[in-house]
Amino acid sequence: MKNCEYQQIDPQALATPTPTPTPTPAPTPSARACPEKKPRRPQRKWEVFPGKNRFYCDGRIIVARQSGVLPLTLGLILVTSGLFFIFDCPFLVKHLTGFIPVIGGVLFVFVVISLLQTSFTDPGILPRATPEEAADIEKQIDNPTGSSSSYRPPPRTKEVVINQQVVKLKYCFTCKIFRPPRTSHCSLCDNCVERFDHHCPWVGNCVGKRNYRFFYTFIVSLSFLTAFIFGCVTTHLALRSQGGNGLVFALQESPASALELVVCFFSVWSILGLSGFHTYLLAANLTTNEDIKGSWSGKSGNEETGNPYSYNSIFKNCCSVLCGPMPPSLIDRRGFVPSEDGAEIGPAEIELPAAKNDVNMCTQGTKGLLETATRSPFLSSPCPQAKSQAIPPPALDALPSITPSPSPSPSPGPGPGPGPALEQTKVSRERPAATTPHRHHSHHRSRSKRTAQQGHNPGHASNPPASPGPRRSHSSRSRKDSKTRDPKFTPLH
Amino acid sequence: MATEFHNLQELRHSASLANKVFIQRDYSEGTVCKFQTKFPSELDSRIEKTLFEDTVKTLNNYYAEAEKIGGHSYLEGCLACITAYLIFLCMETRYEKVLKKISRYIQEQNEKIYAPRGLLITDPIERGMRVIEISIYEDRGSSGSSSGSSTTSSSGR
Repeated sequence: MKNCEYQQIDPQALATPTPTPTPTPAPTPSARACPEKKPRRPQRKWEVFPGKNRFYCDGRIIVARQSGVLPLTLGLILVTSGLFFIFDCPFLVKHLTGFIPVIGGVLFVFVVISLLQTSFTDPGILPRATPEEAADIEKQIDNPTGSSSSYRPPPRTKEVVINQQVVKLKYCFTCKIFRPPRTSHCSLCDNCVERFDHHCPWVGNCVGKRNYRFFYTFIVSLSFLTAFIFGCVTTHLALRSQGGNGLVFALQESPASALELVVCFFSVWSILGLSGFHTYLLAANLTTNEDIKGSWSGKSGNEETGNPYSYNSIFKNCCSVLCGPMPPSLIDRRGFVPSEDGAEIGPAEIELPAAKNDVNMCTQGTKGLLETATRSPFLSSPCPQAKSQAIPPPALDALPSITPSPSPSPSPGPGPGPGPALEQTKVSRERPAATTPHRHHSHHRSRSKRTAQQGHNPGHASNPPASPGPRRSHSSRSRKDSKTRDPKFTPLH
Repeated sequence: MATEFHNLQELRHSASLANKVFIQRDYSEGTVCKFQTKFPSELDSRIEKTLFEDTVKTLNNYYAEAEKIGGHSYLEGCLACITAYLIFLCMETRYEKVLKKISRYIQEQNEKIYAPRGLLITDPIERGMRVIEISIYEDRGSSGSSSGSSTTSSSGR
């Protein structure tokens, strides 16, 4: 999982264009080697996306590489709700009221829609730096050992003052940028995500700035749905057993209800706990990541530490996250990779005239541009520098991301390594519903060491659930009972 | 100024890219999108400081307008919540509308102010809203007179 995703792009390979890197949805490094030489058809940017995401519907849908247990989540919701509507609703409609399936239906629709939106929406991925940008940043950083050193240079940080609070911005070695505040690099998806909350395996995606509201809607509506089903099934069984026949008879008459009862009983505690936790985070304008790391809780003894992003009003905090403007996706999945004759996207960009030997110029152009960025001014030598404009960004993106380090994510040195890869698993089932956030905390921390090396997957129970379609849900935490929607925490740095 | 271009077309045909200057984000007010207005030294000989600052300030204002949390955004958010966020599939959000305005503004600025000076602004959305990239062009014809924008080790950020 932590293999280096990037291979060295041989400049010769660029110079002699290979016919077609196949535009498969799975981003393989070699397929991204020569996106610019495609005489057949222009490629869309999702096909050359460097992160570990997968795309469907020609880039409209984005998911993490590992779909986690999303099929399981969806399956459990569909099966339990289906059983409820088929077996419990008729009885309850007859004996109680016809509103029950209506309410159940509305909740179910909300749950499924928000789940799909959470899973398929870009969480706020930051595109990687273009080579010029990366070179520019390198210039600013005093790095005496040079970029070709075999060991990772010391962590680079930049400090900014936000609302009278000093915040450290860390440099992301994979994306070659200084991360904006509240941004974190998810090693599972290999992307920097804005306002990174956590990577949720249940949903199969990161939860970040753009999809946090969907995620919150999902868990809140799911808690209502599970509580509702639980209540209805209990009522159903109670009514049946009132006929003087007892509970066992009632269960025999309606065995599906027993299954629903078990599933809902175990999930309602954890989901309610999770909803409560996230409501607290919302009210305080915190992310799971920050809460777990204790970024603003004044651990260092500094009394002045507080959350600089909070509006100090619960209502405003909630509204700014849930009802705030929806930022656009920055990665432009469906845009076209600029070809060598075209320019970069955007009306303001110039278009350089096409040249036949552009590809040959590519390499020289790239080198030339990078050289220029660091050295003396250009003399107008024949072509390379001019053509450097024409090199499509993704190809250039691939070039600097060749790092000698084995893992794409930064080492623990610079801070956000695979380190605190936390995940609460079944154990949390025993927790009572009224779990305070800090209990979540301690639970996380106790598990952090255990799961740190495993990324987000604990090592047990690896039998992959049947997953249709191209999704290989191999993060196999499939458990028999589980609609246990344990708090979906894998906040990776 | 060493180079004189009259429009983008001329820039297109006779220019060679000399350098790129990156205006970084200003995070002093949090995570809102705002760019630093500090004038980079590479542009010293190319454009007046006030013009540059005006452009950046206008862009900052546009972004602030897009991200403003107020009555309109609450309404949009509540409506979206009620419809299970499905209206995002049909409706263009306010942010997107402002981004289009920004694109038009940048194009207009490029045509009127920057291209005649051999500069070109890239829309920040193309760069993940991280930087404003200003490309500096040299006239290919005047090869000897290059390096008005000589790369210096000190970056003016």
